[in-house]
Amino acid sequence: MTDHQQICFVLNGQMVRVDPTDTHQTLLQFLRSHPERTGTKEGCAEGDCGACTIVIGQLDGDKVQYRALNACILLLAQVDGREVITVEGLQDQTGRLHPVQQALVDFHGSQCGFCTPGFVMSLYAHYRNQLPNDRQTLKNTLAGNLCRCTGYGPILAAGQAMYGYDAPEHIDSVSLLREVSKEKPLQLEAPGIDPTQTEHLFAPTNEEELQDLMQTHPDATLWAGGTDTGLWVTKRLSRLPCMILLHKIESLNFIHETSDGLHIGAMTRYGQLIELITEKWPGFGEVIRRTGSTQIRNAGTLGGNIANGSPIGDMPPILIALGATLVLRSKNGDREIPIEDFFIEYGKQDLRPGEYVQTIKIPREAEQLQFTSWKISKRFDQDISAVLGAFSFTRTHGKITEARIAFGGMAAIPKRAAACEKALLNTNGDAAALADAIKALAEDFTPMADMRASDQYRMQVAQSLLQKALLTESPVYLGKSEGAA
Amino acid sequence: MTKPTSSVGQPAPHDSAMAQVTGQARYVDDLPELPGTLHLAFGRSERAHAKISKMDLSKVEAFPGVEAVYTAQDIIGKNDVSPIKGDDPLLADREVIFHGQALFLVAAISKNIARSAAQLAEITYQDLPAILSIEAARAAGSRLEDEQVMRQGDAAKALAAAPHTVAGKLATGAQDHFYLEGQIAYAIPGEAGEMRVFSSTQHPSEVQGGIAHVLDCPAHKISVEIRRMGGGFGGKETQALLIAAATALVASQSGRAAKLCMDRDDDMAMTGKRHGFEMAYRVGFDATGVLHGIEMDLASDCGCSMDLSAAINDRAMFHADNAYALDDVMIRSERFRTNKVSATAFRGFGGPQGMILIERVMDHIAAELGLDPLLVRQRNFYRNPQDTAPYGQKVGPLEIEPIVAELAQTSEYQARRVEIDNWNEAHQTSKRGICLTPVKFGISFTTTFLNQAGALVHVYRDGSVILNHGGTEMGQGLFVKVAQVVADVFGLPLADIQISATATDKVPNTSATAASSGSDLNGMAAQLAAQTIRARLIQFAAERYKCAADQVHFSGGKVHVPGAKLDFAKLVEAAYLAQISLSSTGFYATPDITYDRKTHQGTPFFYYAEGAAVSEVEIDVLTGEARVRRVDILHSVGKSLNPAIDMGQIEGGFVQGIGWLTNEEVCFDASGRLTTHAPSTYKIPTSSDRPDHFNISLYASKGSAAETVHRSKAVGEPPFMLAISVHGALRAAIAATHRPQSGFVALDAPATPETILRAITPR
Repeated sequence: MTDHQQICFVLNGQMVRVDPTDTHQTLLQFLRSHPERTGTKEGCAEGDCGACTIVIGQLDGDKVQYRALNACILLLAQVDGREVITVEGLQDQTGRLHPVQQALVDFHGSQCGFCTPGFVMSLYAHYRNQLPNDRQTLKNTLAGNLCRCTGYGPILAAGQAMYGYDAPEHIDSVSLLREVSKEKPLQLEAPGIDPTQTEHLFAPTNEEELQDLMQTHPDATLWAGGTDTGLWVTKRLSRLPCMILLHKIESLNFIHETSDGLHIGAMTRYGQLIELITEKWPGFGEVIRRTGSTQIRNAGTLGGNIANGSPIGDMPPILIALGATLVLRSKNGDREIPIEDFFIEYGKQDLRPGEYVQTIKIPREAEQLQFTSWKISKRFDQDISAVLGAFSFTRTHGKITEARIAFGGMAAIPKRAAACEKALLNTNGDAAALADAIKALAEDFTPMADMRASDQYRMQVAQSLLQKALLTESPVYLGKSEGAA
Repeated sequence: MTKPTSSVGQPAPHDSAMAQVTGQARYVDDLPELPGTLHLAFGRSERAHAKISKMDLSKVEAFPGVEAVYTAQDIIGKNDVSPIKGDDPLLADREVIFHGQALFLVAAISKNIARSAAQLAEITYQDLPAILSIEAARAAGSRLEDEQVMRQGDAAKALAAAPHTVAGKLATGAQDHFYLEGQIAYAIPGEAGEMRVFSSTQHPSEVQGGIAHVLDCPAHKISVEIRRMGGGFGGKETQALLIAAATALVASQSGRAAKLCMDRDDDMAMTGKRHGFEMAYRVGFDATGVLHGIEMDLASDCGCSMDLSAAINDRAMFHADNAYALDDVMIRSERFRTNKVSATAFRGFGGPQGMILIERVMDHIAAELGLDPLLVRQRNFYRNPQDTAPYGQKVGPLEIEPIVAELAQTSEYQARRVEIDNWNEAHQTSKRGICLTPVKFGISFTTTFLNQAGALVHVYRDGSVILNHGGTEMGQGLFVKVAQVVADVFGLPLADIQISATATDKVPNTSATAASSGSDLNGMAAQLAAQTIRARLIQFAAERYKCAADQVHFSGGKVHVPGAKLDFAKLVEAAYLAQISLSSTGFYATPDITYDRKTHQGTPFFYYAEGAAVSEVEIDVLTGEARVRRVDILHSVGKSLNPAIDMGQIEGGFVQGIGWLTNEEVCFDASGRLTTHAPSTYKIPTSSDRPDHFNISLYASKGSAAETVHRSKAVGEPPFMLAISVHGALRAAIAATHRPQSGFVALDAPATPETILRAITPR
């Protein structure tokens, strides 16, 4: 592995090389350390308000792909080889505003203005990707940008009008990106916050390097999208003596449709998955749409959501209900296990030293299942689930011959509802069967109470979701803003 | 195209819009830092109520990069950052009274180091009993002041004689301001004990005075400046002093610039929120729904200290009538002290809590009688200008009746009620509800002396104008509105008026920018300042051009005199050469308002601001999830100074009100620790919560009856309370789930999915 001690990226059209002084430095901290780059704001430092939204460009063949991300929980090292566009980089040479900026002025889209740069950048990514500007699509784009002043109407109106302005000249950054983005492994070393300690950061470019690093640094923290680990740094103020960033490993980012099912690389981001998943399992796709925000879905990965082992991760219950398996890889080879066996207890997963989640496999048969899933949270968009229920049934002549029911938020791990499944087997899922299954569900779980929901509500709503899954009429779904039946 | 002759009434964009969309608008944290700047972090209490037996800060002090650590013992002046009562220490001294309270202050070379070091303190506590609810406070007799009573007529007698009576209860939760810019201050020491403090505050004068107390120096040594805040909503009225005083303490003791930029979690745990209320009512009425007598009990959780709780709870009492004539009424108000962060000002200032109670009563009466709730409301409106509010003020002519009548029509309220009934008949697991609620909000600080403002206007020799006043800009558009008023006085284009940062060394002794009064007070003061200068110019022009004063006019950047028209700048230069003063202060005090807090009687309000909203919602009967489907608002801002800004206030206030009543839940655990301390756990509305069918109109008002600036009306707070219609609509939808339809449903706020499901299937 060649040493590559500088972080190198394109910032608003200029090449930047940085000798990092701290492996934990976030992009936001880096940007704001310069008096002319304070347009990007810190509102929460946990990826939940969007005031720090910036746009990342990444070379994809001859084109650049743009995504909005939260700079507050993005390590500076994560932008090595990328293009970074901030609110200061949008006006053209003559100072003319970009259409998203002009539209926000014209439609009175800023009041206190502190969230505004984030909205500008989210809309800018929307504009660069030429996404449709109907209100639902705009709301998906903007759900991760909180505004406390406007009520959002003027901002949505600006989004709807932005394509009507004269097209701006965007800087062509392909050649610059070619220069910075030769995917070189990154290896940083810097003193810690305690200057007597040295901290390390690696960003390998292939799995072999990863496996070697995991062997030489057995206590290293693997860093996928950083949408949770980022908070360890910004909120818990954790110091991670060694971090291994996975985003440069292309062999972990893939979606393969094979004869035996869908194979998804662990580093595949939600944003890359949503379209195909929605096509196959609309309920699953809708949960992805409501997982985090656009910025979070542009960073967070399927493998990260699983390996993290959170009892409230949205993907595991769904994958359990679909009968998914995990390929766990280490220098010693691969091991494939059902995903439900991966979660042992709170904070403990079936992951041996040197092993990492490589692939998530959803079997082909899962496409034939009668599958539904629902997410329950205080706020529809960009909230963490109080309860997530996933239900899949196989029926033969109306009788349920197989049931896979899994919940998040109901136990210390994402977990199947064994007694409930059993109660439904060989029934036709009618009212009597439902009554038994609802009773059985109370045996399966003893949910916790916290600020998201009480234990009683968790149980009651889990039972409600079961009822919805078995309803013959189409159930009410208010999660989509246009979705009122 | 002809240019408008006056900038007043134009939908001018926010003065900072261009700077905001390009990232050039500077907030306190964006100011260039001086070399050697110290970055601060508080050490926080981890107990709700305890004696501090030992505070071992040796590890904090030893942390590399830490320059100093300060405790209560380091404060030379008064260890107090309270607005009134002297009960909010800057740093806790021997005892803590809420979880999160500031214990000590770390000054380091970076924010990260300061925060990391603060975690290393070893504090030994001796726990004391903590009071964490209104119920517990009542049992312990833990009150901040005596029970207050406001009355008119004889409620008990009227209740006894009323044909029908009902009673009920209602609890409303706290609410975090969630201004996007957290609390922040930056203090720069000057020479001879002077200090300049950049503070994100709605109340620079209070920050100035508070710092002077903490440092034990005269106020003239301290100047406080703020160009703009990233949101305030009441949360930076008294709460900003804690942060600013911390920076001033360190700057004064170290001689170095000091900045405290609060992390969001610290901000939410350490600064105050809206008061949670637990309320009850007993109401008597007749068969037509007309209210005969009512008793209301308003109990609030004020947290650990007084802050502004007295005035906030008074305002709750002032708004327990909303738009309804209550001839025989008794309003009791209890203010409880608990071991939580002290509750503080928040848009509406107690008004929303009082108002939602009487709106609940209207729905209860309607349900009891099987009447349309709108009809019950209309039958109870103040009708006679001689009607008096429970605090004795003649309400005068109101706009509420025509507003409601027009809105009911344009929103097709009646037709939609029928549609909704049909929908509910046909759907088992989905129910809808609709509700129309009015708002009548009293304008003025109820602490009468606060109703004053100053302004400072300079005209330079080239004819350009700079404007300064005591009001602060937090996004509400105050600066552009006041600039429009001044531009109008001089007949200049708006662009010729330069807006400048609020600073205590320009305009002294100001009141907080609060109580929706910003443009009323500062607009008037600035207008007076500009008029003073204009009067001098007129006198000068009349002499020079030998005409009468009333023949001199200012418009379109020109000065018109008989037979001539000259550039404003030309006249200004000539006046300068003639040794005429081109600078003036302006001072305004609201006339005709008085209030006796002992009897809770008087005329506390200059006028009322009114509006109404109709909201329609849908709920999922199985899960309790809800969505607002449609909102129609008709609101009066009198003669609008700037309709674009006013519309923004109406929509923004309404959506913030939806948050208060639906998803924004402030939770504490059993130890008194705030568990919703960041946006990951505290959910304010996001864009997808905004209904697409959202119609807002400004009522075609004849203008404020009171002599306000250009007959405009205040708009900051009143629209917040229009969201009460959403809560009413939710109750209507829940009522439709009950068979037989019970009509009346008790539903507390916030109505989270859990709260709604509990109301659908009561345990």
